[in-house]
Amino acid sequence: MIINHPLLGPRDSAEFVYLGDASLIERPDPAAETALADFVDYAYMRENPAGSLRELWFHEAGDRSWLVVTRNTMTHDISDVQMARDVARKIGRSK
Amino acid sequence: MHDLTPITALGSDEARIDTIGNLTCREVPEVALAAVSARTGKESQTRTAIKKLIKADAPDVNRFDGGTVSAFWSGPEQWMLEASFDSHEDLAARAKVILKTNATVVEQTDAWTRFDIFGDDVLDAMELLCNANTRSMLVGACTRSSIHHLGCFILCRNTNKFSVYGPRASAGSLHHAILTALQTIA
Repeated sequence: MIINHPLLGPRDSAEFVYLGDASLIERPDPAAETALADFVDYAYMRENPAGSLRELWFHEAGDRSWLVVTRNTMTHDISDVQMARDVARKIGRSK
Repeated sequence: MHDLTPITALGSDEARIDTIGNLTCREVPEVALAAVSARTGKESQTRTAIKKLIKADAPDVNRFDGGTVSAFWSGPEQWMLEASFDSHEDLAARAKVILKTNATVVEQTDAWTRFDIFGDDVLDAMELLCNANTRSMLVGACTRSSIHHLGCFILCRNTNKFSVYGPRASAGSLHHAILTALQTIA
């Protein structure tokens, strides 16, 4: 499987480490009244779609950047790759 | 008073040189290194400061550039500064004076060990050693890849010479991997 790194171009997936669902970027507010339930969802509840899934991958044997990879779990077809930093900043994280 | 003798990463008092066939692997201990990481929002100031340090534009993705002090791209908004140890033993301190609080500077001298591999068949050797597409690398290109399960920086110095930076603590393993590749080709 080849991951088309936004900066480095096509790189072998063996250079990467898989973390999981990219929703991990959206950590809930620990000060919210619903924090307990929010963190239970955040830590344990995962979608397991047979289809398109946004995932976090770490380029461990490369430039050590985190990527958000949109991958089809049935075909391994990768439709989109973005720097996780850019994704996080767009939603107001990583300030 | 301690009477300490400096040794190279491979444990000798002289840099190791191995020539196998038309290829040579040379240990290069005389290098000062410092990592530079731009702080959020200070990317352009960091690039300007690096330009002042290396007397060339801060290298773009997968490139290196510079003169007495040079820099290679190591990640998004991150560079490694490289200079002669004899003249720049205090490279990190000197860089910090120019970079100020725009970037974090971390001394990396002796955290890495450098091997220069050169000779006519160097691309055959690099192809055996790592996953990176070294055949497409032109002079001034650098990349990070795994050699022998070690994260290494690979710099294309000229058409038949590459530099490899690997973790110093694993210098013996990296050297073994390089010699194995050279012996396979010879």
